[in-house]
Amino acid sequence: MTQLPPLSAKKLGLVIDLDTCVGCHACVVSCKGWNTENYGAPLSDQQAYGANPSGTFLNRVHSFEVQPEQGEAQLIHFPKSCLHCEDAPCVTVCPTGASYKRTEDGIVLVNESDCIGCGLCAWACPYGARELDAKEGVMKKCTLCVDRIYNENLPEEDRQPACVRTCPAGARHFGDLGDENSDVSQLVAERGGFDLMPEQGTKPVNKYLPPRPKDEMPEFDVLAPYLEPVAQDGKGFVGWLDKALSAMPGGAK
Amino acid sequence: MHPANSVILFNTFSGLGFGLLFWLGMGVIVPTGTSAFIWFAIAYLFAVGGLIASTFHLGHPERAIKAFSQWKTSWLSREGVCAVFALIVMAIYGAGLVFAGARLGITGFIGAIASLGVVFTTSMIYTQMKTVPRWRHWTTPAMYLMLSLGGGALLAGQIKIAAVLLIAGGILQMFAWGSGDTRFKASGTTMESATGLGHIGTVRAFEPPHTGTNYLMREFIHQVGRKHVEKLRIITIGLAFLLPVVLLILPFSHVFAALAVVSHIAGVLTLRWLFFAQAEHVVGLYYGKR
Amino acid sequence: MSLDQPQLDTSPAVSDEVRKTTCYMCACRCGINVHMKDGKVAYIEGNKDHPVNQGVLCAKGSAGIMQHNAPSRLRAPLKRVGERGSGEFEEISWEEALTMATDWLKPIREQNPEKLAFFTGRDQSQSFTGFWAQGFGTPNFAAHGGFCSVNMAAAGIYTMGGAFWEFGQPDWDHTKLFMLFGVAEDHDSNPIKMGIGKIKERGARMIGVNPIRTGYNAVADDWVGITPGTDGLFILAMVHCLMKAGKVDLEYLARFTNASVLINEDPKSEQFGLFLRDKDGQPQVIDRNTGKLAPWNGKGVEPDLAGTHRAKGVTHRPVFHQMADRYLSDEYAPEAVADRCGIPAQRIRALAADLARVAFDEAIELDRPWTDFRGKKHDKMVGRPVSFHAMRGISAHSNGFQTCRALHVLQIILGSVEVPGGMRFKPPYPKPATAHPKPHGKVTPGAALDGPHLGYTQGPEDLLLHDDGSPKRIDKAYTWENPMSAHGLMHMVISNAHAGVPYKIDTLFMYMANMSWNSSMNTGGVTKMLTDKDENGDYVIPHIIYSDAYSSEMVAYADLIFPDTTYLERHDCISLLDRPICEADGVADAIRWPVVEPDRDVRGFQSVLCDLGARLGMPGFVNEDGSQKYQDYADYITNHIRRPGVGPLAGFRNEDGSGKGRGDVNPNQIQNYIDNGGFWLEHVPENASYYKPFSMDYQDWAVKMGFYDAVQPYIFQLYVEPLRKFQAAAEGIGERQPPEHLRERLKVTMDPLPIWYGALEDDQVDLDEYPVHALTQRPMAMYHSWGTQNAWLRQIHGHNPLYVPTKIWEANGFAEGDWAKVSSAHGSIVVPVAHQASLNANTVWTWNAIGKRKGAWALDEGATEATKGFLLNHLIHELLPPKGDGLRWANSDPVTGQAAWFDLRVKIEKSAVPNEAQPAMPAIKSPVGKGPSELDWKVGK
Ligand SMILES: Nc1nc2c(c(=O)[nH]1)N[C@H]1C(S)=C(S)[C@@H](COP(=O)(O)OP(=O)(O)OC[C@H]3O[C@@H](n4cnc5c(=O)[nH]c(N)nc54)[C@H](O)[C@@H]3O)O[C@H]1N2
Ligand SMILES: Nc1nc2c(c(=O)[nH]1)N[C@H]1C(S)=C(S)[C@@H](COP(=O)(O)OP(=O)(O)OC[C@H]3O[C@@H](n4cnc5c(=O)[nH]c(N)nc54)[C@H](O)[C@@H]3O)O[C@H]1N2
Ligand code: SF4
Ligand code: SF4
Ligand code: SF4
Ligand code: SF4
Ligand code: SF4
Ligand SMILES: [Mo]
Repeated sequence: MTQLPPLSAKKLGLVIDLDTCVGCHACVVSCKGWNTENYGAPLSDQQAYGANPSGTFLNRVHSFEVQPEQGEAQLIHFPKSCLHCEDAPCVTVCPTGASYKRTEDGIVLVNESDCIGCGLCAWACPYGARELDAKEGVMKKCTLCVDRIYNENLPEEDRQPACVRTCPAGARHFGDLGDENSDVSQLVAERGGFDLMPEQGTKPVNKYLPPRPKDEMPEFDVLAPYLEPVAQDGKGFVGWLDKALSAMPGGAK
Repeated sequence: MHPANSVILFNTFSGLGFGLLFWLGMGVIVPTGTSAFIWFAIAYLFAVGGLIASTFHLGHPERAIKAFSQWKTSWLSREGVCAVFALIVMAIYGAGLVFAGARLGITGFIGAIASLGVVFTTSMIYTQMKTVPRWRHWTTPAMYLMLSLGGGALLAGQIKIAAVLLIAGGILQMFAWGSGDTRFKASGTTMESATGLGHIGTVRAFEPPHTGTNYLMREFIHQVGRKHVEKLRIITIGLAFLLPVVLLILPFSHVFAALAVVSHIAGVLTLRWLFFAQAEHVVGLYYGKR
Repeated sequence: MSLDQPQLDTSPAVSDEVRKTTCYMCACRCGINVHMKDGKVAYIEGNKDHPVNQGVLCAKGSAGIMQHNAPSRLRAPLKRVGERGSGEFEEISWEEALTMATDWLKPIREQNPEKLAFFTGRDQSQSFTGFWAQGFGTPNFAAHGGFCSVNMAAAGIYTMGGAFWEFGQPDWDHTKLFMLFGVAEDHDSNPIKMGIGKIKERGARMIGVNPIRTGYNAVADDWVGITPGTDGLFILAMVHCLMKAGKVDLEYLARFTNASVLINEDPKSEQFGLFLRDKDGQPQVIDRNTGKLAPWNGKGVEPDLAGTHRAKGVTHRPVFHQMADRYLSDEYAPEAVADRCGIPAQRIRALAADLARVAFDEAIELDRPWTDFRGKKHDKMVGRPVSFHAMRGISAHSNGFQTCRALHVLQIILGSVEVPGGMRFKPPYPKPATAHPKPHGKVTPGAALDGPHLGYTQGPEDLLLHDDGSPKRIDKAYTWENPMSAHGLMHMVISNAHAGVPYKIDTLFMYMANMSWNSSMNTGGVTKMLTDKDENGDYVIPHIIYSDAYSSEMVAYADLIFPDTTYLERHDCISLLDRPICEADGVADAIRWPVVEPDRDVRGFQSVLCDLGARLGMPGFVNEDGSQKYQDYADYITNHIRRPGVGPLAGFRNEDGSGKGRGDVNPNQIQNYIDNGGFWLEHVPENASYYKPFSMDYQDWAVKMGFYDAVQPYIFQLYVEPLRKFQAAAEGIGERQPPEHLRERLKVTMDPLPIWYGALEDDQVDLDEYPVHALTQRPMAMYHSWGTQNAWLRQIHGHNPLYVPTKIWEANGFAEGDWAKVSSAHGSIVVPVAHQASLNANTVWTWNAIGKRKGAWALDEGATEATKGFLLNHLIHELLPPKGDGLRWANSDPVTGQAAWFDLRVKIEKSAVPNEAQPAMPAIKSPVGKGPSELDWKVGK
């Protein structure tokens, strides 16, 4: 049903650390692999070996260049999948009820057997988190790996999204953002996690951690004492050496 | 937004069809018998044809029935419900005229309102999209209604009404364009808010997540050149509004009337094309494109 | 509303079975869980128990299923029927293929074994292929290291017994400041990412030194956008600052490095620049306890760094004095190097100060007692928590060897190698150069070579030269042109064979290297050499045999193709004898095994070599009765014995699987590995986990494990004596003398202490005309040329723009969608451009190996890889442009022969938008047809 359910206490989602993401696309491909083989129709590819290949992915990694007023330009890798919004406009626009937000954990899903492939939900999503599968004609989106996180056929430690499990840099965190004591909530609190496009009023559950300030090496003069010269040339250096060695524990006799 | 043919056809023709149904239902003209059959056939051809065209862009048209279920929240669902209701009511009203030569006034009135309701719900599908600032404005339903009424009147041969509505429509459209041009900026959604990186500096898209295209780029990112737009706007105003009005003001001739209708339809097709092609979805920001 | 929610099965069955093996998409060799459904590969994820990746998996690894299913897979042996390069082939049987190969190779082996050149590329079985080549008797074997990173490896081995990646890694758990030089991705792909993740999590800092700020360098806290080719200067300037301020670890230098070893300083002496040695040949130090000479490794000796020694009228000073003389000179002052490096002097000083601060003021201690080789007991392990990692950015230059040396010296003076928080070796490393074999090249027709091909020269006597001074090897490895070419020079094989210099060959046999495309410099030229005919109309290189698993560009240039299996269909062995998968805390090796059987007429290449070796009657490949010794590679892996008790796999040895490191053959060894998840791991004992070269605790364990047969502690070689020996020869000392034209160069480049000299290309091209540096980087989601056949990965990197810095972008008035003509002294290309601000202002770059030849990889001929994608290789040449001395100098490092990919200089100008990227080479015919147009892969439908 496309009415949004009353807010669930549990809000499962991802926290993505832009300070750590190296832009390797591992999460993109493991997501493609898992979701091709699992939930719903496979994620198809058109012209797979052709001139203009294109396919369905549920997670994509952009990169942005940011030019500060002072200093060097910075580059930020930016993974993006469904943010499982609290006020999910993709859900309310859906004419069939195929799009829904789960009452128990807030995961936003598409029930593919009800989907008519009208595309409206993708229109309503500001984040580009939904892609209509060209082969199957149904809307695909991040499922938050709902078929992994509760899956009793998987070992406990593997009950996390495929993209989180695979991320080599540990830039992706999964957990309950409704519980302020959860690891993810604390991370968000500590690191100033933020929402994408807050003005859209979607209230995303997923949060992004900002890159730490860059190119801010401690000022040179603060460190100057560390590099006070002890010698200007080889000769002076050997003199210093002699002294320094004698001062060492078990120094020269 | 990708100007999909099916959606442009739908918007143009069902708008006209329901517009005509509105005037028929209101009893502005009250044909009977064969003549009524022809009037209603034209209206249904346009309205239903448009609706059918709109299913061409569905991934699963065979499941379309499911689209009626979510009228509580979904404008598309409401549109569907409304359309079925309007078509049924007007069919009853039409049947009365065709077969019995009887005008079921209340039914016609209800059908007329429902027909406008269809146009309104359609317009709300677009208007509700916060993601497309150009659409999210009162001018969107206003224009939909205006076009539907004006075009309907034109089809219905209501020269005076049509002329007035078309002139008003042209003015409204120009206003909608002008104000629409500022709305993306006014929406406050920017590269900086999209990425949350604005506190560091000016954000620019560097490398896209994929070198080829994808659904999002095909569906949401459609760039039309400024010059192109200006030209098309002039053409639109000329064909959809000016020329028909001129033709209507000229001494009546069937040829002129037919030309006015053709010109109007051509104009509205262009207008609809522009409605989509010019609409920028915020997701384009992630690709550094709008 | 919850009533309306569809019922969802949140516990669907994941797979029928999980088979654990090893990934192959790069040399990182992560452990993978292959989920099987209905006997087919359904999903691949990382193995959480695996020491390398601990469960994570990169994009390539996760896309393994598409690699395994690729339509470009070869299906049967191929015999060329059209002209070379056309792609016209006929499928033949294995019997026919092997007979053909035997007919070509047998006469060669019996008469002139050197007429076979056998080179392997992206190979992970070198100890086996080398063994085969040795049995064949040709001196002409190497893998791809010569064009890859031999500078890094050789500089590391000669300096400290190991470099980075396969040899060592930062102490990710303790380091507080991590400095990364010239790395986009590296082989240690997942571990570096995991390490960076750990650093970030702990709030430690990372500095990236790279002209380009992407990937790892984008997440670095500080970015140093250095001018390419100048890292050596930058590093030595930091050495200058540190020494000047006395911010060096004197105790460490005195005890564990040859800073204390005495050097003959008499220019008239034959021994000038060599170590003072005792009767036993041991280098001498002054013992601070006695003030007298003592061998470096004498029990209880406390080596002195300060004193000098005079004997027989000759002054001997410790290495450290020479370092002070050199590096304290103004030549290395930050102000003197700043402009050249493109880094302000203040910044260099600040960086040096930062290193010093963390190394000395934030030192850490672990409560782990250990004993050094002089018998001294230490109750703690002191750590200098600064660590470094570097790769091709500093090694793929013609000054790369010395630059890599400089970096090692920087690490060592900070006392941060093999200490907590610093850089750590991975067993069986460290292993000093002296513990490695020397190169062998003695050919005897019909018999095996006299020893392993590749090794570490210790002086001119070890060069592989005939008496007339001509090279023994086709690639001219171990000659005066590159005396320490520890990995051979694969990039020179085709051009030397084509030129017939030093001699002509009969058969070129290659494996897993796309030599007609992205792995060769001068791609167009090389394809011409491969197709060139002599006056009789015969190919100049008469026979080419090649093994590939896929329809690559190189396939079209061979006469006979051995189609390999995919990595999920064969046995492989990632051996300690080769490039192991160990971590600093553990020794480990691994296997691959056929988790699925091939559905085509293909065979694992190593198994084919077992067969071919037997057909050729090669020692090691036949039993006494002449029958085939190893039925296949699995048989070899299980039963081959290298040294007593040591075989390809170190785990589960002995009949019952109890042997660790050493032990008898275990017929069930492979099954034991499979049962253990495809790998074997043994932890390094805690008290042996740092100070490995100097620690008796480690040395004893290493012998027990079979890394070597006797303990061999050593000290780090800040001063590399073998370099001095080559340099001395160039000065006229000794029997074996270099040719005149190389003397000057050898004097400069074979300096025993790290130095910096400008890129050789810079001397030979007009820098006013070609002012811009042009680089490539590995994309994290693509592996060289063969990621392209992967339907998923090619959507991420389907073509590559040339990234241009703001200054050049604006100067040319570029706009989005523009193309440019890029020219070097060797050629030009026309390619799409894109803007990047976070880039060194004088550098352009592109992703490596995205451009493809039309017709290859089962792709449509209109594929963007072929129409918009491009290779920078067209602009690079294996030789430098002529400089008018009648010679063509190699575009390689003069010490090791490493290909100097990154010395390239170009100019760039706006171009009209062409139909497709230029040069556009004609299409080759696909021997496997084209891939399907749509994919919706799902095994368990
Ligand atoms: N411009 C530029 N050029 C470069 C570099 C650069 O930085 N810049 N880097 C250089 C370096 S370091 C390297 S190492 C080279 C790498 O270049 P190559 O060694 O050519 O690497 P690949 O492109 O991976 O080609 C390896 C070949 O192995 C084949 N292959 C894949 N899997 C299998 C298998 O299972 N069995 C067999 N038998 N064959 C298989 C592939 O199909 C392919 O033809 O490129 C070099 N070229
Ligand atoms: N995903 C993926 N992984 C791979 C491979 C692959 O093809 N794909 N290939 C494997 C192979 S064969 C190899 S050899 C390794 C190589 O791994 P890397 O050493 O990471 O090699 P490159 O990608 O060539 O990156 C070289 C880096 O050096 C920088 N650089 C160039 N010149 C200079 C310089 O003068 N100074 C400094 N400081 N930096 C410089 C470049 O900007 C670039 O970032 O990767 C291996 N891993
Ligand atoms: S990110 Fe998009 S698809 Fe996901 S819940 Fe929010 S609006 Fe819906
Ligand atoms: S595409 Fe499917 S899920 Fe999306 S709005 Fe239409 S019916 Fe609903
Ligand atoms: S949570 Fe699962 S479905 Fe969502 S992006 Fe990650 S892997 Fe894909
Ligand atoms: S796997 Fe992790 S590091 Fe790699 S792109 Fe995804 S989030 Fe970033
Ligand atoms: S780093 Fe990636 S490609 Fe390389 S072995 Fe590991 S998973 Fe495979
Ligand atoms: Mo390499």
